[in-house]
This record gives sequence, structure tokens and C-alpha cells, in this order.
Amino acid sequence: MGKTLAEKVWDEHVVRSGDGEPDLLFIDLHLIHEVTSPQAFEGLRLAGRQVRRPDLTLATEDHNVPTLDWDKPIADPVSRTQVETLRRNAEEFGVRLHPLGDLDQGIVHIIGPQLGLTQPGMTIVCGDSHTSTHGAFGALAFGIGTSEVEHVLATQTLPQARPKTMAVTVNGALPEGVTAKDLVLTLIAHTGTGGGQGYVVEYRGPAIEALSMEGRMTVCNMSVEWGAKAGLIAPDQKTLDYLKGRKEAPQGEEWDAAVAYWQTLVTDDDVVFDEEIVLDASTMTPFVTWGTNPGQGVPLGASVPSPDQFDDANDKIAAEKALEYMGLQAGTPMREIKVDTVFVGSCTNGRIEDLRLAAQIIEGRHVADRTRLLVVPGSARVRLQAEDEGLDVIFKEAGAEWRGAGCSMCLGMNPDQLAPGERSASTSNRNFEGRQGKGGRTHLVSVPVAAATAVRGTLSTPADLEPFEARRPAPQDKAE
Amino acid sequence: MERFTRHTGIGVPLRRNNVDTDQIIPAAYLKRVTRDGFEDGLFAAWRNDPSFVLNRKPYDAGSVLVAGPDFGTGSSREHAVWALQNYGFKAVISPRFGDIFRGNSGKAGLLAAQVDEKVVQRLWDLLESQPGASVTVDLESRTVKAGDGVDAIEDSFDIDDYTRWRLLEGLDDIGITLSHEAEIVAFEASRPSFKPATL
Repeated sequence: MGKTLAEKVWDEHVVRSGDGEPDLLFIDLHLIHEVTSPQAFEGLRLAGRQVRRPDLTLATEDHNVPTLDWDKPIADPVSRTQVETLRRNAEEFGVRLHPLGDLDQGIVHIIGPQLGLTQPGMTIVCGDSHTSTHGAFGALAFGIGTSEVEHVLATQTLPQARPKTMAVTVNGALPEGVTAKDLVLTLIAHTGTGGGQGYVVEYRGPAIEALSMEGRMTVCNMSVEWGAKAGLIAPDQKTLDYLKGRKEAPQGEEWDAAVAYWQTLVTDDDVVFDEEIVLDASTMTPFVTWGTNPGQGVPLGASVPSPDQFDDANDKIAAEKALEYMGLQAGTPMREIKVDTVFVGSCTNGRIEDLRLAAQIIEGRHVADRTRLLVVPGSARVRLQAEDEGLDVIFKEAGAEWRGAGCSMCLGMNPDQLAPGERSASTSNRNFEGRQGKGGRTHLVSVPVAAATAVRGTLSTPADLEPFEARRPAPQDKAE
Repeated sequence: MERFTRHTGIGVPLRRNNVDTDQIIPAAYLKRVTRDGFEDGLFAAWRNDPSFVLNRKPYDAGSVLVAGPDFGTGSSREHAVWALQNYGFKAVISPRFGDIFRGNSGKAGLLAAQVDEKVVQRLWDLLESQPGASVTVDLESRTVKAGDGVDAIEDSFDIDDYTRWRLLEGLDDIGITLSHEAEIVAFEASRPSFKPATL
């Protein structure tokens, strides 16, 4: 029997396997940020160990950094200490760092692909659960904890139990205005937050192939939200086109050798996955969450569900608690929910394509009264590219706040937070209680829904907006 | 790492499913650069509520947490494990754990014992009707025990063999891997030259 894409990548990286022990996998790229690394470096120091392969390690500052006054010293002393600790560790252990203010600084999962470091067939880890994003290139990429960060720093390997394989096949084509984000939110509502647990998932089928690389990253990014260890997509011509010419992609003969290898990275025809889910993209619509986990979602055209609609006793209790926390009544049409803050950004939807799409909808319109729109580019280069294209002007003229790059309100570790009771429509990945600030209420949405919601002040799609004539065509350039 | 063989302590019923790591410790508490001092962040939002289980005696002195399915989903933050340990928890019992949380627990020495959902229901009922009741988790026999007489609960729990062995022996993962240095060196020599480097 043949192998799945994930099994091929896995097998290529087994350093050692023995009976009764997990496989020891070699790690091709280890990404590091300020929040989950300090204790790992301290562990190395205490044990007198070095970073084995600084040449396969890259650090940046993203989780904790301010998006205002980012060119000044960080005001919060505790955040500043954490960032300065990363800088000291990077220097002491010889790790390349893109600090705040550097052109290549940004959310760790945005800068890997942007630099061309994220390539098919690689193993990529980071002390961050959204490392699954890199799977869009056919890499096996997953999040790890700090003890594992220390393990990779010391050995460039990780002991890992072999996961089960699953295929998510998405047939048909997404209707106009329905995005990769809607697709993945629909999937998570179908599986629940634990449905992918123990699996590495391959997304495939015509609707996945039709997605841009950015859209594929959005889908793979949220693999962890339904419990999967990793999510990946076989590389194709779009993958090669995205990578070719990027700063750290192979050049010349190396490129040809790499492409020859990458083209072998497909699931063999005779493979049987341990599990398979089949979805039809043509029935999908803009999809939003109403509750406090990413699986609690409905089409935007639907209403807030009643706990009685859930058969499972745990789901029923979870729905009751979620409605109470979210301050929502069962039966309220989702479109009538008023939103205080709209957040466009994060490793899910903070790429240049996302900002272009938001700007296209916002242009010539204005953010609703008593609603604030925060636009946070995923990286410094995304910010500069957007400014080159004049997107920042469109946002600012519409009354939005244009910020510096970072994770920002996705997790509210920096000052970008919701106030208690404040409600957001957010292009990020998690609607957990308090995720965007203590007592904050989050609705996960796509970029077009975020933009339209900012204009109307209630959850909306662009189709709900008054027609606006002077639309500019979307520019086609790459992010670099 | 300390060896883990068996632990008996006050059981804490956390009647919730989908407890993600943002609930276990919110991001605002992740700014420390050490492995200690995270207990204040443990379930920070819920601890504002005086009726929350950890705000009530004798549960506040608990060391075995009993939670619903999908405990520890979401963010990879190992701080969630440290916060539980810093507070005094030695074991968490749940019908299903988030993958990364379970891995982190095994590395940091917190026992993540996976049991049947019915066992969690029975433990909840027991711990709520008899506050302060002890729960014993025995890693050697892979069993969880609580209560006496007709109410007694005894069942097995799941944990993978390798993690169990490491916890029982108190072994350092990095030390084990470094004993395979020669194999790592051989693998490195075989990597294709087109693979990217950061330096």
C-alpha cells in the first residue's frame, strides 16, 4: 500500500525508531518567539547545553509587542522584560532574531512563508499551536510546548508518537464571497473542537486546490481548533509560484532539485486514510461563531441556537454557558448582533491578500458610529506593502486604526484588548472566554464579514452594504 | 523530573467541558520568564466568582482535578501545566485532552489520566456530595480510585506506555535523546542541500 503525504514527510525525518518508543523526528525549522521560549533557554543554561542547530532556528517578537509606538521602548515593564529576555537569549545562543522595528519582524507564521523559509516536505515546529499554518505548503508543522522547545533547541529532534491519518475532502466550488475562513469554520462546526484529535489531516479536493496560498494557510492555521495535530495540503504549481524568487527559497540547481523532490509529495492513489470527512463547498455560506469555542458557529443568515437544539448533554451545558457569557438570546438573528470592535489581523487573516480584500470593501465607506475597526498587519513587510498600495489611507479615511505588526488583539497580550462586555467581530482564530481581553465577547468571522460589519455595526456581509460605485480593482502584487 | 508512582489527594470537580488553555491561564499571565509563580493566573477569570470550586473549602486544597472532555485544548502554552502544578495539582482526570496539553503534562510531570466519560460523571457526583473526598491515581496499575463502600469508584485510565515509563522513572527526555547522538549526526549528514538555513 502507498503512503499519505503526511506519512511521506514523517518517514523522511525519522532519525530513529524503536519498539515501544516514539519515533525520533528531525526538525528542519524551529521558529521561536518571546512568550514560550524563555524557560527553554533557561533550561539549556542550567544544564550547560547549547543550541544544536542555530542555523535551523529563527526568532521573532510578535505575541507581546505593542502595535502603537512600536518604535519606542515597550511601555509595559513585564512585556519589555520578556522581549529583552528573547534578545539576550538570541545573542547568547547565536540565534537569528527579527526584533521589533526590523523589516522581517512579524507574526511567526506570517514571516516563515513570506521569507520563503517554509517549504514543502519540511518538519516545522514552534511553541505556538498555530504552527499548523505552514502545512499549507505541504510541510508537517505543529505546535509544541516549552519543554519541547528546549528539546528541539538542544537536539534539533523531537520524540513523537505516530499520528493517525485523516482526509478532509472538499468538493465543489465556494460560492462568490465565501472564503477559506468560512470553509474552515463550517468544518469545525461539523467536527467539534475535539474531532481531529490524534490525527494529521490532509485537506484535498477541488475547493482546496482552488484556494490561493493565503487561503490554504487560513485553513491549515485553524486545524488545531478542531483538535488536529497538524493539517497539510499537497504542494502544486501555486505553491511553486508562491515560493519562487523568495529570499530564502532555493535558487538555480538547488531549486530544480527541490522541485523534483516536492513533486513527489502527494498522497498515493491506493492509500486508505484512517478517517475521511467529505464536505461540499458549493453549499457553504458566510459563517460566524456565536459561542465560546470555534466549533460553536452558524451561517451568518441563521439565528443564535437554543441549547435545546443539542442532543449531547455536554454540548447543551456548553451552549448554555456560552450564551450566558456572550450575552446572547437564543433565536436572535445573527445579523442583528451589534458589534463594538472589528479586528482584522492575526496569523489566520493578517496577510496582504486579507488587507486588500478588507480595503476593497471599506473603500469610500465609513466605519459605523460607536464601532471601532482595528487593522493590524501580520508582519512589517505586509504593513509596508499595504502602505505602498495605499491601503492604509483607505482604512484611515474610513475611520479605522492602522497599526504596527504583531499578534495584537488575537490574544490580547499587548494593550490591544476588549473591555469587559465589549463585543468583537474578529478575523482571528479563537473565541474563547476572555481571549481578546477579560470579559470580552468574540465572534469569529471572515475578512469580508469583518469589513462589512465595521461599516454597518452589526454582523453583516458585503451583500448587506449599499452599492458603492467607485470600487478600485484589487492589486495583484506579491507581499515582497 | 520527579518520579511519579501514585498520588492521593482531595479531588476537585470541574463540571465543564472544552476547558481551553486560555481558561486555565489567560494570556495576561504569560509574561513571566520563569517556570514558577503562575498559580495566581490559574482559572483567573473563574476565580473572580466566589462560588467557583477552587474558591470553596475544602476544594481549594485539592490536588486531583476532574474535568469534562476536551480539557486543555487550544493554545500550546505549557504555562497551563505549570499553573496547575504551581497551585498544587499533581493529576488531571478527563475523558479527552488537547494533544499539546497532554504532551506538555508528560514533559513537566503532571499526570494527565484519560478515563471513560462515565467515570468522570461518577467522580463529579461523589466529589460534590462528599466535599474533600480523596482520589487516588496509581500510575503503576493505571487505576483511579475514590470513595468507599457502595459509592466506591475504581477504574482504569489510559496513558501511553512511553510517557508512563518516563514518569515512573522520572527521566529527562533530552538526556535520553542525546544518548542517540550518533544517529542524529548520521541523519544530519544525509539531509539534502536544498533545505533552507537561517544563518
